[in-house]
Amino acid sequence: MKILTHLERLAAESIHIMREVVAEAEKPVMLYSVGKDSAVMLHLARRAFYPSTPPFPLLHVDTTWKFRAMYELRDRMARESGMELIVYRNPEAERLGINPFDHGPVHTDMWKTEGLKQALDKYGFDVAFGGARRDEEKSRAKERIFSFRSANHRWDPKRQRPELWYLYNARKAKGETIRVFPLSNWTELDIWQYIQLNKVPIVPLYFAARRPTVERDGLILMVDDERLPLRAGEVPVERSVRFRTLGCYPLTGAVESEASTLSDVIREMLLTTSSERQGRAIDKDAGGAGMEKKKQEGYF
Amino acid sequence: MAGMAEGGRYQADALVAEDVEAYLDQHRHKTLLRFITCGSVDDGKSTLIGRLLYDSKMIFEDQLAALEADSKRVGTQGQELDFALLVDGLAAEREQGITIDVAYRFFATDKRKFIVADTPGHEQYTRNMVTGASTADLAVILVDARKGVLTQTRRHSYLAHLIGIRNVVLAVNKMDLISYDQATYEGIVEDYRVFSRSIGIDDFIAIPISGFRGDNITALSANMPWYSGHALLQHLETVEIDEAADQAKPFRMPVQWVNRPDLDFRGFSGLIASGTAKPGDRIRVLPSGRTTRIARIVTMEGDMDEAVAGESVTVTFVDEIDCSRGDVVAAADAPPQAADQFEASIVWMSDQEMLPGRPYWLKLATQTVTATVQHPKYQINVNTMEHLAAKTLELNAIGVVNLSTDQALVFEPYETNRRLGGFILIDKLSNATVAAGMLHFALRRAQNVHWQPIEVSRETHARLKNQKPAVLWFTGLSGAGKSTIANLVEKKLVRMNRHTFLLDGDNVRHGLNRDLGFTDADRVENIRRVGEVARLMADSGLIVITAFISPFRAEREMVRQMMMPGEFFEIHIDTPLFEAEARDVKGLYAKARRGELKNFTGIDSPYEPPEDPDIRIDTTKISPEEAAELIVSRLIP
Repeated sequence: MKILTHLERLAAESIHIMREVVAEAEKPVMLYSVGKDSAVMLHLARRAFYPSTPPFPLLHVDTTWKFRAMYELRDRMARESGMELIVYRNPEAERLGINPFDHGPVHTDMWKTEGLKQALDKYGFDVAFGGARRDEEKSRAKERIFSFRSANHRWDPKRQRPELWYLYNARKAKGETIRVFPLSNWTELDIWQYIQLNKVPIVPLYFAARRPTVERDGLILMVDDERLPLRAGEVPVERSVRFRTLGCYPLTGAVESEASTLSDVIREMLLTTSSERQGRAIDKDAGGAGMEKKKQEGYF
Repeated sequence: MAGMAEGGRYQADALVAEDVEAYLDQHRHKTLLRFITCGSVDDGKSTLIGRLLYDSKMIFEDQLAALEADSKRVGTQGQELDFALLVDGLAAEREQGITIDVAYRFFATDKRKFIVADTPGHEQYTRNMVTGASTADLAVILVDARKGVLTQTRRHSYLAHLIGIRNVVLAVNKMDLISYDQATYEGIVEDYRVFSRSIGIDDFIAIPISGFRGDNITALSANMPWYSGHALLQHLETVEIDEAADQAKPFRMPVQWVNRPDLDFRGFSGLIASGTAKPGDRIRVLPSGRTTRIARIVTMEGDMDEAVAGESVTVTFVDEIDCSRGDVVAAADAPPQAADQFEASIVWMSDQEMLPGRPYWLKLATQTVTATVQHPKYQINVNTMEHLAAKTLELNAIGVVNLSTDQALVFEPYETNRRLGGFILIDKLSNATVAAGMLHFALRRAQNVHWQPIEVSRETHARLKNQKPAVLWFTGLSGAGKSTIANLVEKKLVRMNRHTFLLDGDNVRHGLNRDLGFTDADRVENIRRVGEVARLMADSGLIVITAFISPFRAEREMVRQMMMPGEFFEIHIDTPLFEAEARDVKGLYAKARRGELKNFTGIDSPYEPPEDPDIRIDTTKISPEEAAELIVSRLIP
């Protein structure tokens, strides 16, 4: 008898979910944010459909404010997987020059929340895979794997469909969409371990290196290029830093670290005393219910 | 506070700091246990889960800081940490102080990774508990030591048993509040033993705990020296899961997707529901019954020598045989059955009651078919386990029913195989998941009642009458003019030497359907029977005219599906409500308005007008005579 490890069971579940979507959806798409969770999701998709290429495109809802290293890996992974890569930027946000320095929360709203809705509508995608995990945040813990959205992309936590066994109801009316989270039952440690075991390529920013940084509002920000306007008196300082999550670079704080290998990173993660999303400014809006409110409005 | 967190925590940390590779290797070989916690509203479920997360170091300092602040602000434990706040996620429920939906939590120890489904104790949320239990290997039933076995305890135990959970833990919580009294604890365990036996739970493990104080959670507590079993976490780490049993069963793999990258490769992808597979194994594809051998088990990392239950794989066959989504690949010498009539347990999960006779989508493994459910044989009172007579099932009701499907389903009894015996029902209009079901067995009549071949064909009947059979299905509000126009149509057809028969709503209700009332469920059954009669008459070559309100689209569509293509005409006698009410030929609207007549279509029962009828008659524009003329000219151009 072969005893399956928890990682094997998680991978089997994720692959099963992806195949159900492909069998039942009209036009699925995979949201690809270039982070480590997206990397694992993409790797699982390639396994799920091998030797076929995954039968859906990758969609990157771009804000133009990602780290340069993220754009590089994104383009490389699209080439290697042979999948179509769609990059979508909200034209309104582009026209208005929305940026994280001058526009605060509007930056996330317009580029990400609105951008995602526009992209799904424009291409007529009816099901979108996302890499969210239930262990990330409290309101995610209650979300279904197949998360149903109304025609205007809203999430109603009181009207979720019961999800039994491994049976997913992918039926919907015209205009309605479903967000599907194949990594729902993975934890941060599972993700790292999978990356290590399967040699999944990830953005080098997850590993510590000496990088130019400034400290601002309690976050260590990396000066990725000239797009970060320095405030009076700010002088970039070289620090050995890495990132636990990757978002728009001015919104994502780095942590001081010497962890330059996967094992080091995992050790640091296990011994660390603060949770993963802490470095993200986005969850701090609207008190404790920040993410729940964003999700109801259509944020992924 | 730091003292509360000892136990598993520092052990893991030492290994991580010292030798992370060794730690990772250990973690890599961990197995997975999924369990549910259930109990009454104040039994302390959330507190227990918060405690497990805290003790296994799944709570970080920033979360802890937030928890401390929240505990002071909205906590129910005074100045102490309120662990429940860690898991009571959604803003709405934080305000109400209750858990309102299934939430999933994760933690790990040195031996296992755990996924916990936190399910609520409220009566109106039975469906959430069933949902959480459907993927669980084990159930922790929480009982408040001060209250003992309550009605809800019985209900949760029954549901856990119904959904097939074999490992049950009775956690007698809040022992600190009864001064860790052994006699009280033993009294509760004895009560539970008597009850659990009565519902068929063969065995359970009882543990006295305090989630709030941490007694017997990660380690045995000094407060209860009289208890000699395992602490809760130890038990969860060591209890055997059903994996070995699943692998020992015959091979079954429901096909999810056919993998066809080019003409040279044709693979079948799915998750193995039971058994094992090796290249060379003889398999049978169901329902077709064709056999071949497995050629390869293909993965991105190279071909596999063996795959087992729980793995997602792609297999290829030695011979090119037909196989597609919904088929089941099974061991050739021990295949599952296929049938189209079953007995099943149903848990109803929708605000809209079950409508016997209405067609629903039924999804089982990768098969989706149309199913109709008959009137429940009985409903089960989940508090007393009594069998009650029932005409339908409402939200959170559980019953035993017979159901039939429009195509044969490949299945196994739920007791034998959860993945081939568990199903959901989906409403065809709203697409909501309305029920969960568990197949018991195929009804013998499905296997033994065959269609009697009839030697005089329907074509012969029709030829003899020198006409093309048809069903003219009139639908519309009461008083719209259905019967009037239908009678005129029949008279015209008879004058043209056509053989007809008029089935009128009121008349049928005096005979064939006199046992039916006017509830939604009865209306559905009314139409189903009339549809079947109309089909038999059409088979005999007749032109059948029916005049029924038939208010629901789903049933009219069901009748259309019963008939041969092109023989069904949906005719909407379109009279606005105010007009029909103004005419009120039988005085029924007046009665309904006075409240003397319940469930009257248009007043307190809905009418769903056809979206695209074959013929629409606007009675405000044309006379009944003109309408009849129009309908006949459409039938006989």
